[in-house]
Parts: sequence; C-alpha cells; structure tokens
Amino acid sequence: MTGAAEAENLIRELAPQVLGILVRRHGGFEACEDAVQEALLAAALQWPAEGVPANPKGWLITVASRRRIELSRNETARRRREQAAAALAPPDPEPAPATDDTLTLFLLCCHPSLTPVSQVALTLRAVGGLSTVEIARAFLVPEATVAQRISRAKQRIKASGAEFQMPPQAELPQRMDALLHALYLIFNEGYTASSGSALHRSGLVAEAIRLTRQLRRALPEDGEVAGLLALMLLTDARRPARTRADGTLVPLAEQDRGRWDARAIAEGTALITATLATAPIGPYQLQAAIAAVHDEAACYADTDWRQILGLYDLLHLAAPGPMVTLNRIVATAMVRGPRTGLRQLAVAEADPALAGHHRVDAVRAHLLEMAGDRPAAHAHYRLAARRTLSLPEQRYLEARAARLAPPVTCTDPEPDPGRSQQRS
Amino acid sequence: MKFLILIYSNPVSRQIWDGLSEEQRAGGWRAYTELNEDLAASGEMIVSEALADPSLGKRVSVREGKAMTSDGPFAEVKEHLAGFFLIECESIERAVSRAARIPEAAYGLVEVRPVLDVSGMMEM
Repeated sequence: MTGAAEAENLIRELAPQVLGILVRRHGGFEACEDAVQEALLAAALQWPAEGVPANPKGWLITVASRRRIELSRNETARRRREQAAAALAPPDPEPAPATDDTLTLFLLCCHPSLTPVSQVALTLRAVGGLSTVEIARAFLVPEATVAQRISRAKQRIKASGAEFQMPPQAELPQRMDALLHALYLIFNEGYTASSGSALHRSGLVAEAIRLTRQLRRALPEDGEVAGLLALMLLTDARRPARTRADGTLVPLAEQDRGRWDARAIAEGTALITATLATAPIGPYQLQAAIAAVHDEAACYADTDWRQILGLYDLLHLAAPGPMVTLNRIVATAMVRGPRTGLRQLAVAEADPALAGHHRVDAVRAHLLEMAGDRPAAHAHYRLAARRTLSLPEQRYLEARAARLAPPVTCTDPEPDPGRSQQRS
Repeated sequence: MKFLILIYSNPVSRQIWDGLSEEQRAGGWRAYTELNEDLAASGEMIVSEALADPSLGKRVSVREGKAMTSDGPFAEVKEHLAGFFLIECESIERAVSRAARIPEAAYGLVEVRPVLDVSGMMEM
C-alpha cells in the first residue's frame, strides 16, 4: 500500500514537469496535456505492481511523447509530417529547469479567458496530475461535466492565442492574482465542506496545500504566495476540531483547541512571521496573520481582538470587500462591544454588495446575542438560515436559532414523537 | 453554484401543446435538444430528465416500518413537475438565461432554484 502511495506521490509531483517538457518539445498544449494524462494513468497502473523505474521522469516523458505522436497521427497530413519530424529530432539533452515550467503551467491553467471553475479543473489536472474522475468526485459533479470543462478550457486557451511561455512582466501581477485565487478556491472547496456528505473533498485541502508549496518553490521570494500557504496551514490546522462526530460544524469559539494541529500552526506562524518582516504586505499575508492570532490564543476568551481589529483595518485598506467589512465589524464588537458593532452594521448594510446578504443577518444575530437581546437574535438567525446557500451553514444557523427559541407555550393536541426538544 | 431548473405542466400548457402543428412541436423539441447540447458543451450540465405522467407515480408512506404505496392525489393535481435540469454555472443570472430557452418559459412554467452547497461555511 505504501508503495502505491509513494508511486502516486511521485507521479503527481512529476506531472507538471513532464507536461512542461512535452509542450516544449512537441508544442500543442491541448494534445500534450491529454498525452501526459494517459502516461500518468499508465504509470499509476504499472509502477505499484512492477516497481518504480530507475528514471521515472524519463519513463513518463517517453510514454507521453509516444502517445503525443500517436494523437497527432490522427490529425491532418500536414500535422502528421510536422510531428514525424519532431519525433525524429533528438530529445533535449538538458531540459529547462522544472520550476520555471511549473510556474508557466500554473499561469496558463489560470488564464484570464477561463472561468474560475475551469481554471480550478484544469489546474488540478494539468499541474496536480489528478484524473478527471478524481476531480469529478471531489466536486460532486459527473465525470462528463469535468471532462467537458477541461476540454473547453483548453480550446479557450488555444482560441485566446495564449502560448506556453511566461506572460509579459506587466501582466504578471494580475495573472498571479488569478492563480492565487484559483488555489484558494481549491482549498476552500475542501475546507468548508462538511464531512460525511463530502468525504472526498478533504483531499482537495491537501492538494491545494501541495500545489501552493510547489508554487512557492518556483517563487520563494513572493510574499503573497508565502502568505497564501501560511493562511492554508493556519486554517487547516483547526480542521480536527472543526467537525463533531455527527458531521455538524463547530464554530471557532467552541472548538477544542487541544485538537488543533500544533505542527501546522508552528509552520504557518513561522512562515507568516518571516514573510511579514521581508516582503511587501498583501491581502493573503494579512489574512494569514489574522489566522495566526486566532491560533495563538489558548482559548477563545484569550483571543487578542485588538490585534485582529488592527489587521482587519489594514486588510480593509489593502483589499476592501463585503466579507472583510463584516469580519471587521465582528472584531470591532469584540473590542468595543456589540452595540458599536450593530451601529457599524447598520451603516455597512447600505452597500449594495451587502444589502439582503444572509451574512449580514448572521452577524446581526451574533451581535444581538452578545448584547443579550435573545428574541431579536433568534429572529435574525432564522432569517440568515433561510437565506444561506450553504447546507452546513444553514444547519449551524438553525442550531443557533434553536438555542435561543422562546419556550413553547401553546399546547400541541398531538405532540410529534419524532421531534425531541432541546433547549439550553 | 448548482441550480435546479424545474419545468411544470398544467392544463393550459397541455392544451397549447396539443394545439400546436407538427412543425411547431418539432420546433419545441429542437429547442430542448439544442439546450441540452449547449449545456453539455459548456460543461454546465449535470443531469436533465423528463418525467413520466404523474398518473404513473406512487406516493410512498411508511407505517409501522412498512412501506406502503398509493396512487395518491397526484393524478388530480392541476400543475405537476414535468422535467428538470440540474446545472452548475457562475450565477443565478446565467441559470435564468439558460432556463429562458425552455419553451414552457413562454407560459411562466419554469422555475430556477439555487441548490444548497455542502461547502461555504463562514468563519466567525
């Protein structure tokens, strides 16, 4: 079993390097990606049984190249001649450094002509080396849907005229934003999923962290790449305490902090501390710093809310957004009291991005509960539960509402034995 | 985000359908075929099905651990679910624009409902 797992890790680690070399050698990202995918599959079947070859990378390159040439034989006669000539050409004696290729590949997969959903699917397959079936399972959609998204994404890249090369320096900041966003989406898909109904998704968290580590190897000086990795580590460290046995989610305030992953917290904290001291500050670093402050507190009551509020003030300047506004209001309430928070919330609600948003109701309910106004808190938890689009969040909000529900005074003529009543 | 597009049928819509010429009816089916193909090509389709007549459905109830079925009141219900699409796309606006291509939308018989996601829990 360990042999199979080791073989798989190796295959996945080599996937982007092999694809980079293949595209350099043969051209045609679309066909090369298909060819590499088939080579990975062949390796996944063969290596655990027959042992990993002496030169695994060479093995994958040879198999993928052969497949790439076969694929091109199905194309037009002109293409056929081209590829035959390419096949005769001697292989590059010294392939370009793999890390450069990996970054180029990351950026191509997160090309701005693609929707975020397609960027995620293509990145997981082309850079992560995941199969279409594995991606489909993780995202709870049929395999055909993912296959279609990937093939369409590749067609779009082709149509946009994008090449397998680093984008011009001027475009780089924007392209990096899209790439980091896609990685964060992968992480969040896995992290925010409830267990049980979505067991496969937890693999996405590990994959997002692995890919971000890979990106960091290519860009060790980039503060935001380091910030994103720290944010993932510091957030994922809480995962063991985040779910109850029945799959319901435990809010930060009620988590058993003894179950947090101390090693991940140590790594994330060290990383974000070193990065903040050296790199230009950015939104992912600030979010990681906030996560680090939470993780440092031995219990919820010990949380340094003043520091968190200061970090949210900076985040609000660096990357304003509706969710930053709401989280900043929660931090304000923790420092200056719930009434101040509620006043700020009433002002923030005027922003069209927040008007009618269920999280405004959720935050209001939370602040009203802090202020001791149980009936109003109950009403707003219920309102938030009705408006959310997330199932675990709906269950959480319903549970909060139930805790605050007024005692039942009416006499039920026929009490429902199936519904037990739990009140605190 | 996933969205369920529900297509209803009622006596008025059935009457309209019955009154269509063969050519018009073929146009209706074509609209469905094209929508199915487009949704599959864009990677937005998850599943779509048309449902058999409600008179063929069974209402299920469990009494003392035993499952019982009855024809239920479905046959008499005026408006019933005739088919659905489950799609995944960027926004409800996009889902609505897809749903608008369903012929029944001309008669107000198409509904778009967001599906609850198993992810998306807030941190607070």
